[in-house]
Amino acid sequence: MDASQQLGATFAALADPTRRAILARLASGEASVNELAKPFAMSQPAISKHLKVLERAGLISSHTDAQRRLRRAEAKPLVEATAWLERYRQSLEANFQRLDALLEEMKILEEPKVQKIPRKKQVRRKK
Amino acid sequence: MSNPETLQVTTPSDREIRMTRVFDAPRRLVFKAYNEPELLKRWLLGPPGWEMVVCDVALKVGDRYRYEWRNTSGKQFGTGGVCREFAPPERVVCTEMMDGYPSESLVTTVLTEEGGKTTLTTTMLYESKEVRDMVLKTGMERGVAASYDRLAELLPTMEKNAIQS
Repeated sequence: MDASQQLGATFAALADPTRRAILARLASGEASVNELAKPFAMSQPAISKHLKVLERAGLISSHTDAQRRLRRAEAKPLVEATAWLERYRQSLEANFQRLDALLEEMKILEEPKVQKIPRKKQVRRKK
Repeated sequence: MSNPETLQVTTPSDREIRMTRVFDAPRRLVFKAYNEPELLKRWLLGPPGWEMVVCDVALKVGDRYRYEWRNTSGKQFGTGGVCREFAPPERVVCTEMMDGYPSESLVTTVLTEEGGKTTLTTTMLYESKEVRDMVLKTGMERGVAASYDRLAELLPTMEKNAIQS
């Protein structure tokens, strides 16, 4: 999987509320399929299906401990996806912060007490 | 998010994505900043290095609008559509078709004012859940940010675990 496929798999896996709940449960410690099935009132095969999706996305891994197969949460894909989303959110937020600054300027220009001064043409900065 | 003026992104239904942002200005000014090309070009820019090179706005029902951006290495991106409702200074509904995307969305922007502050709510409605999810999956901007809150909820515990293991 390349980076964008990895992100796609992470988001697809996280789109389901049961899988998010499983992940939240595993974030607090390892668990077997049995232990995971209990709080969700779901059959073991249904839980196993969700686990497979999470495992393919790299969000969980499994290992055997005293004949029990345990699942554990893996932070790496989440950290990567979050960092990526944060960059995106910040670029949108940067637009809105520019709009904040522009609105401040517009408010001053509208101020009735202050005499209106014709706005100077913006001086283009040379690159 | 503790600062109420930062951008919030939610998914109100399985075909929608919603962004909410508060501005410390009356809505008449926010509306103006959204609809006058000279003003739009000063803030609607996206990542650093991009500038808006085409800004044809829609000012009545039936008008077409078209926005295009270019970055320093010459890459270009555009979006456009048709205005369906135009009710200054509170409500605008437009269709939107981004370059390179196969289907149209319906974008509803509502401005409400209280105590001199304006809340902007933009809701994007997609053709189907599949299209909305594709937007989420392929990482198309707004959609992607919608998952952010979910991820943020999980992250602190997961990082702790990663350090321990």
